Amino acid sequence: MKMIFVDRKQMNPDIRVNIAFRMCPMHLLKLDESIKKAKIGDVIEIVTTYDGSLDDIPAWCERTGNQFLGLDSSDDKYHFFVEKKNEWKKTIPGSCCNYACSG
Amino acid sequence: MNGRKLYLDHAATTPVLDEVVAEMEPYLKERFHNPSAGYENAYEVKDALERAREKVAQLINANSEEIVFNSGGTEGNNSAIVGLALANIEKGRHIVITRAEHHSVFNAARFLQNFFDFVINFVPIDNEGFVDPADIEKAINEETTVVSTIHSNYEVGSIQPIDEISKIAHEKGVLFHTDAVASAGQIDIDVKRLDVDALTFSAHTLYGPKGTGALYLKENVDFVPLIYGGIQEEGRRGGTENLPGIVGFGKACELAKRDMDTRIEYYKRLRNMMVEGIGGLDINVRLTGTYNFAKRLPNHASFVVEGVHGEAVVEMLDSYGIEMNTGSVCVSKAFLSSPILLSMGYNKELAQGSVVFTVGIDNKIEDIEYLLEVLPKTIKGLRAILPE
Repeated sequence: MKMIFVDRKQMNPDIRVNIAFRMCPMHLLKLDESIKKAKIGDVIEIVTTYDGSLDDIPAWCERTGNQFLGLDSSDDKYHFFVEKKNEWKKTIPGSCCNYACSG
Repeated sequence: MNGRKLYLDHAATTPVLDEVVAEMEPYLKERFHNPSAGYENAYEVKDALERAREKVAQLINANSEEIVFNSGGTEGNNSAIVGLALANIEKGRHIVITRAEHHSVFNAARFLQNFFDFVINFVPIDNEGFVDPADIEKAINEETTVVSTIHSNYEVGSIQPIDEISKIAHEKGVLFHTDAVASAGQIDIDVKRLDVDALTFSAHTLYGPKGTGALYLKENVDFVPLIYGGIQEEGRRGGTENLPGIVGFGKACELAKRDMDTRIEYYKRLRNMMVEGIGGLDINVRLTGTYNFAKRLPNHASFVVEGVHGEAVVEMLDSYGIEMNTGSVCVSKAFLSSPILLSMGYNKELAQGSVVFTVGIDNKIEDIEYLLEVLPKTIKGLRAILPE
């Protein structure tokens, strides 16, 4: 999947979730939980240090119909930006291994 | 011994209240399910876990998502010191702690020193057990990432100026943790007013069960977990939750919040009676910590006894049915001088004479009268048999 890079200083997230240093599958669980809470059009920032998220988060967005706006990795963390495009539906399985997770 | 038993060591641990035991009981029996499982009974248990989290959060005015359940104060302090320091290791390897800390803070700092080349700066305490915020400010350098200061010390009861120290740490861009195991449930703790990034507290010092505690972690603070496993506690602490303990902790926090003012007034009455009474006995003991009782835990009275080891007082009073302590239970068995009293400027001999009485809601006025009756006999008896 092609990666999109953004400058986080230009982004204005409505919800910010810092899960740095937490292991798989927290990146997908917290993203799912945030999408559930958000309004359509809201932008969510997920901050993580988990490498598997580089594949998982864009893939999850594609699967759920939400828009992956991009990644800022200019510091020692990954900042993912996702825009809510659809009403939330239960999609998260018991583990994240349906995605590209290596964990 | 007259068969009488009284417990004056509530800083070491507290009895578990009947209401707390009743709340826990179903989770030791029919509600045994794993809260992470996907069936109805498990959802009910998960709901109980979250209700307990809400009650625990309310005690310290936190949001429930900021509560991470764990096994108690030692794990809370270990994980706060190590978890905050490692999460910020790219910024620096310097942390600041005080001489009033519990061993679970000291030794977590030493772990960072031994295995990750951290430098630890130990800030002194004064002769009443207080930290001077100006000393914290001086100890912080550009490599510092974490400052930790105990909320109140279990041995001398002095309540530190946490809000001032936290403000200094934040002005310098440094995270701040406080160990509130001795304070939580005894006095009002408000994490928003104190503006702390992390706070440790435990169930068994506020009439809850042992083996359960919590770390308050302010939202969005970077933290490296100490225990890895599943997604329990939002990935911040792996392992199936101790449901009976957590539910009991929740109930104990609910009761502590509900009864806080009444308990404090009662503690003060008993504590003042002890301090006045013991001060009036002709046994050459002196109060340790502060006489400024606004800055002292309300249930706490501590002394040094000249010419007598604290351990000997503990054993002798035990023979009269009185259970009390000599400073930290973690070092008392080693027959060492109290490190806290040494840091406060007491000489080695005096620092061996540390005795601590901490009252609880289970104590009565008659208990203190009995202590005041027995203590002079104990001290004089010990002085008579000990060598010069």
